[in-house]
Formats: sequence, C-alpha cells, structure tokens
Amino acid sequence: MSDIERAEEAHGQAGTTLAKPAGGLPDRFENPGLPPHQHRMGDTDPKAAKRAERQVAILLLLSMIGSIGIIVSIIAIKYDGSFDRIGLSTRAIGLSMFLSLFALGVGAVHWAKTLMPDDERIDYRHRQRGTEAERAEAVAILKEGAGEAALGRRPLIRNTLVGALALFPIPAVFFFRDTGPLPGDDLSTTFWKAGDYLVKDPEGGRIRAADVSLGSVVHVLPEGIEEEEDVLNQKAKAAVLLMRLEENLLTEKSADWGVDGTVAYSKICTHMGCPVALYEQQTHHLLCPCHQSTFDLTQDCKVIFGPAKRRLPQLPIEVDDEGYLRASSGFHEAVGPSFWERG
Amino acid sequence: MTRTLTALSARRRHPLAVVVLIALALLLVGGLYAAVAPRDAQASTSAASADDIEAGKKLFLANCATCHGLNAQGGNVVEGKVAGPSLIGVGAASVDFQVGTGRMPLAQSAAQAPEVSKIRFSQEQIDQMGAYIASLAPGPAVPTDEELDVSGVSDEQLARGASIFRTNCAMCHNFAGKGGALTAGKYAPDLTDTSAKHIYEAMVTGPQSMPVFNNNTISPEDKTAIIAWLTQQEKRPDPGGLTVGSIGPVSEGIVAWIAGIGILIGCSVWLGMKSS
Amino acid sequence: MSTIDKVAGGVGNFADDTVGASKVVNGFARKIFPDHWSFMLGEITLYSFVILLFTGTFLTFFYEPSAAETTYVGNYAPLAGQHVSEAYASSLRLSFDVRGGLIMRQVHHWAALVFVAATIVHMARVFFTGAFRKPREINWVIGAILAILAVFEGFTGYSLPDDLLSGTGIRIAQAIILAVPVVGSYISFFLFGGEFPGQDFIPRFFTIHILLLPAIMLALIVVHLMLVVVHKHTQYPGPGRTEDNVVGFPLFPVYMAKAGGFFFIVFGVIALIAGLVSINPIWAYGAYDPSPVTAGSQPDWYMGWLDGAVRLMPGWFEFNLLGFTFSMNIFIPTTVVILFTMGVLCLYPWIEQAATGDRREHHLLDRPRNQPTRTGLGVMALTFYVLLWISGGNDIIAHMMGLSINDITRFLRVAVFVLPALAFVITKRICLGLQRKDREKALHGRETGRIVRLPHGEFIEVHAPLTEVERWTLVQHDSFRPMEIEDRLDAGNPSSLYGKVQRRLSKFYFEDRVEPVTPAELAASHHDHHGEVEGGHHDAVDAGNNPAIGTSQTLHG
Repeated sequence: MSDIERAEEAHGQAGTTLAKPAGGLPDRFENPGLPPHQHRMGDTDPKAAKRAERQVAILLLLSMIGSIGIIVSIIAIKYDGSFDRIGLSTRAIGLSMFLSLFALGVGAVHWAKTLMPDDERIDYRHRQRGTEAERAEAVAILKEGAGEAALGRRPLIRNTLVGALALFPIPAVFFFRDTGPLPGDDLSTTFWKAGDYLVKDPEGGRIRAADVSLGSVVHVLPEGIEEEEDVLNQKAKAAVLLMRLEENLLTEKSADWGVDGTVAYSKICTHMGCPVALYEQQTHHLLCPCHQSTFDLTQDCKVIFGPAKRRLPQLPIEVDDEGYLRASSGFHEAVGPSFWERG
Repeated sequence: MTRTLTALSARRRHPLAVVVLIALALLLVGGLYAAVAPRDAQASTSAASADDIEAGKKLFLANCATCHGLNAQGGNVVEGKVAGPSLIGVGAASVDFQVGTGRMPLAQSAAQAPEVSKIRFSQEQIDQMGAYIASLAPGPAVPTDEELDVSGVSDEQLARGASIFRTNCAMCHNFAGKGGALTAGKYAPDLTDTSAKHIYEAMVTGPQSMPVFNNNTISPEDKTAIIAWLTQQEKRPDPGGLTVGSIGPVSEGIVAWIAGIGILIGCSVWLGMKSS
Repeated sequence: MSTIDKVAGGVGNFADDTVGASKVVNGFARKIFPDHWSFMLGEITLYSFVILLFTGTFLTFFYEPSAAETTYVGNYAPLAGQHVSEAYASSLRLSFDVRGGLIMRQVHHWAALVFVAATIVHMARVFFTGAFRKPREINWVIGAILAILAVFEGFTGYSLPDDLLSGTGIRIAQAIILAVPVVGSYISFFLFGGEFPGQDFIPRFFTIHILLLPAIMLALIVVHLMLVVVHKHTQYPGPGRTEDNVVGFPLFPVYMAKAGGFFFIVFGVIALIAGLVSINPIWAYGAYDPSPVTAGSQPDWYMGWLDGAVRLMPGWFEFNLLGFTFSMNIFIPTTVVILFTMGVLCLYPWIEQAATGDRREHHLLDRPRNQPTRTGLGVMALTFYVLLWISGGNDIIAHMMGLSINDITRFLRVAVFVLPALAFVITKRICLGLQRKDREKALHGRETGRIVRLPHGEFIEVHAPLTEVERWTLVQHDSFRPMEIEDRLDAGNPSSLYGKVQRRLSKFYFEDRVEPVTPAELAASHHDHHGEVEGGHHDAVDAGNNPAIGTSQTLHG
C-alpha cells in the first residue's frame, strides 16, 4: 500500500518533534494496514440473508401501513372544535407518521447494513494545495491578467475604483430610513397625564381609594387607553401597579405621592421591560418574573436584587371629590428599559 | 367593556346556548344587584351560633393562641419577629383557607407555610374556629356555594376570567396555574389540586405573600369565572399531547435534548455499528 | 433486456445527453464515506432543517403575518371575544381547525429545537476531534455562522404566533437592542417601525424567518456540503486509515440507503415526539399584551444561555456618563457575549494553528484524549454554556426544588467562573490519564483478567500482548512539544509579538503531555518485562521516571 507509506513520510516532516530514534528502530510504528475483513452471517449463510431480506420487507410493509394510517387519520377524524378530537387527530397522525417514516428509514438502513456489501473500500485523497507547477502557472496567469488590466500603471483608475466600490453599498443603509420614525421623545413619555383616572386592567372601571384594602394590589391602566389606536404601544409604557400598605412603611416621598398608603408604580421593569407584577404583600417586594430583579416598595422601589439598576418610577396619584383615584401628574421620568439618550 | 360581548352572536351555537344565555342573564341580574346593593366590602359577621363561637374559641386557645395571642391580637415579638400575626378582621375565609389547606397550625418555620395534605381538624372544627375569628371583627366570609358554582359561567365570562387570571395571577402562578418561584425561597403554589373554595378564599384574604383581591378589585362573578377557567383548564386534555409540567420552554428544551437528541444518537450508533 | 432496464437506459441516456450525467455518476456514485455514529450528527442537523422547510411551508398556507387587531371567533371558549392579532388568531385556527395543522406546528417547533441541539452536538464533535484543522477551517467558520443563524432563525419563529410568551420574548429582544450604545434607540425604532410592539414587527419577522434567514442558511449549507465533498470526509484513526485515504462505503448504494434511510428515521422520531408531547400551547398563554406576564417566562432553550447571562449580571453594570446611559448590564451579557463567542469560535482553528505551528492538512481525526488542552478548553466552554443555560432556568429550578432563587443566582454568579476552570483542569487530567493508560496498554498489552501466582508467591495479572492492528490506534498520533524547546521551521520569529504569543500559546497547549509509545520503547519494555517477572518490579512505566511522560519542567527545568 503505497499511500500508507506516503502518509508515514508526511508524519515525519517538520512541524512535529518526535521521539529520538534509538537502537536502529524506526521513530514511529508503521501503519499495519486494514485488518482482515470479518464476514457477516448473511455473507456466508443464505438463511441469514433470507431472514434479513424478510425483516427489511416487513419494515417496509409497516411503513406502508403507517402511510395509509396518516391518510385514514386525516379523512376519518372530523374536527368538531373539541380538544378531544384535535388531540385524537394529532396523536393518530403523529404515530402514523412515525410508523410510516421510521419503519421506512430503519428498513433502508437495515438493508444497507445486512445485505449490501460491507467490505471497506478505499478512496484516495489529494492535497488541496496545488503542486508547485500548478501554483506557478496560476501566479503567472494572474500576473499576466493584472498586467493586461495595468492597474499598477493606472493608479487613477485603481483609486477611483476602490472609492466607487467602497461607496456603492452605503446607500443601501439609507433605504431603511422609512422603516420607522425617529425615536423623538416616545421612549420618555407615557399616556399618563394629570387628571387621568386609574382603571382596572383588564376589566376597566375606576377605582375608589376606599376600595383598595391593605395588602391588596390592583393592575391599573389610564382611563381611555383602550380607545387609542396604538393601544399596545401605550400599554407597554403605561401599565401601573397600585398597592396599598401601612403608610408608615413607605418613604416620605412615596407616601406623599400616594393616598393613605395606596401608591402607584410603573409595572414596566427598568431592566428589560417585563411587567414587574409579582408583589409579595408581606415583604413588600416586587419581583420581575423575567430576570428576577427585585424592588423594595418600602424603599421607593429601589432595586435590592437582580440585574436592574434603576428604581421603578412612581406615578403621583390623588383622589377626586367622589373618592376615585386619578393621576396628579404623569410620570416624572422615563419608564421601562434603559436607552442611550435616557441620561 | 364591550369586547367580550361582540363575538357572542358570531360564535358557533351550541345546543345548550339558550340555557347558557338564560344563566348568563340571571347572573347579570344577580351581578348587577350585587354591584348596586349597598355592601360593606365583603364584611360579614357570620350568623354562626354562640355555641359554635364558644367551641371555636376553645379550639383557638388550644391550637393557635401560642403564636397568635390569647385574644388573636397577634403574638409577642420574639427575636425581632412576630410569632404570629393578628387575626382580628381576617375573617372566617382566612381560617378556612389556612387551616383547611393544612398551612396552619404551622409545623415548622420555613420561607413560607406549605400546603399539607393531612388536615388536623374536621371541617366542623374549622368552621367553629372561623366563627370565633369572625365574631371578633368583620372580615371575609367563607364563599357560598353559589359563588363557587361554575356551571353557570358563560364562554364570555370564561374568557374574561382567563384574561383577568393572566393579568392578576399568571405572573406568580404561571399561565396554567402551575405555580412559580418568588424571592428567597417563597413561592406561588401550584393550583392544580386546590379546591375552588380555597382558591376563592385565597383571593379574598391574601394569604402569606399573596396580595388581597377584594370584591371591588375582582368582582365575585369574575372570581367565579377565574375558578371556572382554572378547573376547565385542568380537565381539558391538552390537544398537543403530554404537557411536561406546563412550565414552558425549559421542559420542552429538556425533552428535545433527552428524547430528541437522545433517540437520534441511539439510532446513529445503531447505524454506525457493523452488522453481525 | 427487461423493460426496467430499457426505461433506466432511456432515462440515463437522456440525462447524459442533456447534463452529462455519466460524468456525475463516475465522479460521485462511488465516493467513499467512512462509517461512524458521530458522523451522523451533522445529518441530524441537515435533515431537521429539511423537515423545517417542509413543515414551515405548510404553516405559511394558513398563517397570517399581521398584527392587525381582530376578535377571536374560533372554537376555543376561554378566548371567546378577545381582541387578538391576526397572527395569533390564524395560529390558533391552523392548530384547531386545520386537520393535521397542530401536528405540523408541533413537528415544526420540535424540529427547530432538535435542529439547534443537533447543530451544537455536531459542532462539539467537530471540535473535539479536531476536524476543523487544515484544510477545513473555512467550513468550521461556515458552520459557526450557521449555528448563530439557526439561533436567530429559531427566535424569529418563536415570535410569530404573537402569544403572551413570544411577546415577552420580543419585549426582551427590544430591550437588548435599546441597550446598544449610541444607536440602540434608532435600531429599535427602525426594526419595530416605531414604538414597541407596533404593527410592523410581525410581517417583518415573518419575512426574515421564512425568506431572508432560510435563504442565507440554505446557501451556506450548500457550500458547507460542497466543501465536505471537496475535502472528502475525515475519518477516525485506525489500521489502514491514513492521511491520504478514506476508508468506508460507497455513496451508491450503501450510503444512499443509510443516509437516505436516516432522513426518514430523523423525521419519524420528530413526528413521534410531536405526536405525543405538546409544545408551546399558545392558546393557554393567551394573546400578547404588554401588561400580563407568566411566571417562568423563558425563551426556547437555545436562547436560554443569553437569558441566563442576563439574569446573573448585577445591576451596577449600568451607569450614566456625560448624560448618556450605558446599559452594560444588558449590553455585555447579550450583544458582547454573542460577538465574543462568535469571534472565538471562528478564530479557533487559527489560534490552535499558532500554538502548533502546524500547517499540514489533517484528515485523520484526533482522539479527544490525545489533545488534552483542546479537549479541556472545549469542556470548559460547554460547562460555561450549560451553567448559563441553568441560570436561564433559575426560577424553574427554585420552584421545582424548593430553593431560594436568590441563593441559586448568587451561587451561579460565582460558579459560572469557577466551575468551567475546574472543568478544564479535570478534563485535562482525565485526558492525560487516559493517554497514560493507552501507553500502558501499548507497552504491556491488554489485561486478560487472568491472575497467576509467580513462583515466589506474588500474584500478577497476565497481560496479553497487543497485535500490531490493535496497537496502532494507541500509538498513531503526533505529540506536539512546546515551541521554546525546539523552534520549528514554521514557527514565528521569537522576538516578534506574534512569535511571543505563539510560544506562550504553545507552552499552554503542550506543556503537559504524554507521548505515544515508540517502537524503541516497546522493545525496551519487552526487555523490562522479563526483568519484571524475574525481579518483581511492577511499575516499569511511571509518570515520574519515564522521560517520555511528564512535563517539560521535568525535562527542561
């Protein structure tokens, strides 16, 4: 096997440092070549071959049954909207598909393994790198072509060509200009403004201050937000959580911005914008379910754990003459995740 | 909110639709009455007999007073912690929930009181303790059978219940009510095996970390609708197949790796093996 | 001539006349593919991609890529009358009203999860066996790009049903974009057509998901496979296998049947899972609305590592400077981590080339133990990846195991640095240990389990000498030494910066090593062996006293 010898030569080349030869023995062992072929049972025993043939045929038959099963499942199982039927159909089609495909696949592989020749064949490789002659020829061709183009002698064309090629893709970026408006102050403003009533999310309905009992939480939106055309965009910034706790637990500022211990904070996490909706009424901690940022309501929603940096913004609220809660102003800062211009 | 009603006519009619409509109408009338009728925030000093209250007090003194104080005014402060909170005004619902789910009496101090399958008191005893606590000050009452009856809930109410659940409950209890983690070892429990009564009571009383959802925050009909949605969600088989815990992509990823990649590598090994 | 032969002849004749089919057959039909189970991992990836194309095409027939608001009027009562997007409503319709729609959706989603998983397993196989070495560097880079594209392709698909979970995922993606310094807000507004979520992202993500990314991936996959044909497949070392041949079975008919059959096996297994296990029950999540959220909001598993990295990051990485916000608590664990990972992955073949100074072609794979440092680095990277993945599920773990989420997070913040380092050291030690065992076996033969008692009373286990064929796999590999010992021809100039880096790297990679047995050593050992039996020395080969084993410190101070 001459190819093996060649391989051995390659092993000894520069690039590796090998153990020193000793006592006239070669540096390395020699590749002993392919071991003798081990015959399968089917190669020598016609009965075994026959058996394998039958096995393959049975698998292929099973596959046919599966394929027919898919058709039957689709035609026979009528949908009536009930989950039972949908589930039955899904099960029946899925299992028939499994039978149809898996048996076909296993049959084909089993056929290849047991009945097709299994003596190993050898293919020879060629180095990717060309021979020295080929490389020299390629270089010559390129040089000749470059000479014909004569870019070296015409620097004006070369330089302008580089410039043109560098510039031409850049306009592509500008085609994206109208994929969206510029941010403006959209990231810093919300729907909330002074006098907006707090209504329950999702049922709607204003909230009387007296109806908010100690330890309770109400998910809140500004009144009128549902009528907005971009209601989801507005909700993504305006969702608020209303909580009531003993007023003396709050910081002075929180209490001032609330009503009798009822306070409203932005529900949009200052980390990545998930709703920070998990309020633990005993510890007064707010937990974000996405990345576990934890805010302490008794410290004006300061971050006490997790990847968020900034406290949740508070919405100042007041009661009107009839006892309903409304915003006494909008948010005093941007809600939601950080962005470059936020400052 | 008109959104739930618009689709009513467009939906496919079920033979029982008329019945459901009548039930809906009745519920609406009842609901309207409940909303309009003057009412002091679900407060109720139950009409329990004096005997029950007396029996309840005895049970309270024997089993609860160590932590909650002889008059349920709250326990002493031990090492900076209150042994047990005041039970004045927590209502019979709170007693029924805490004792009825085995959370109280507290077996051992932990991040939060766990649900226990072995309940130490009979329902009668629990009711007696509830009557005693309710006699101290008005508080949420144990929900009535009508409030727990989900048979009259219409599809629209069901949808509304599901929507309220997603906004008010899913962030802790997960979209399918399977529970989730809170801070420092606390957790929102799995609701799968929780009875309708206990779910209702938890909403009105706000046990442990859970906030209170009084009848102004979530109306009694909506509470019933939430329970209806939870129970039907548990009963309804998932059309997709096994739900692997209904905890979202984490379990799906594990299935993809173990079942998907696992089986396929097994097949590859078989394919690469020499036939005998 | 039978009819079949006639027809075949006619078709063949036509194909040859028109497209020169005979040359194709001559060139390809008998191409040899080596047999090994680990060579099928890439096929799992390829086949799940094909399954994704099939099922995805079916889904587009029913899916409406529109965020326009509509009222749900389908059969599912708990959503009756809800305001939902067209995208969500049509996803439900194709699940509940199209026969076979749900199974198609589930096959598509499961195939996606398996696709990315198989990509990673395939990459790991290529890495640990050194199949990325010359001449396959470019194919490794293409593979790495395909892997990250697969992740983005998966994420855009996960976003399309517009359910509560996917919307939460998009919300987080938008925050990742916002956190990019300077241009973040602008990119977000251009991508979403304004504020989040807006009306535009669904049709845009749809185009990206079904056209842009699949087209790029398909093109890259074609190049990936063409390069496999150009380079011919690698093979594991063994008797008769050399750098100049490839030993295996011909494409036609054996691999046609095996690889073709394997496609159906992959499809069948995914159909089985899809038929039995529910995935992404969008009806239970409800339509996306920015106000609600579910406990356990997680991305699909392949994004889990980034989500985990975000969860571990302490908040104080965010700071304000010169009136601008630097959200490093988001930017670092997402954008920077992706770019860093991709950079290291793509450059790795050249990093290792710098350490070995080896510019030769390699078609024989490494046994992972014979490259202890590389294997250690690979296990280190995987440990890091898995720990991030675990961090992404910290809330689920806390809930399932009754632990504190805060404790888990604090533990992982440390573990994510300590455990990978530990994994590197341990893996390297295990590899070196296995190599010593190989040496032992090559020198003394394999253990027979037969114990004999020597005349003077000692018990020894009889070792059967290895045949030449058995021994070859244990002794065939090259062993590199650090460059500072003997400069090689192709090593960089030692005084240049590159040369210095190269020597550092080389030392890091090859300082600890076990060299393969040489014929001389085997001869010496046979000699020793007799002495051993006579004199009772059992430890003829020990790391301490054999110059071929050990570290360069013991050799060169």
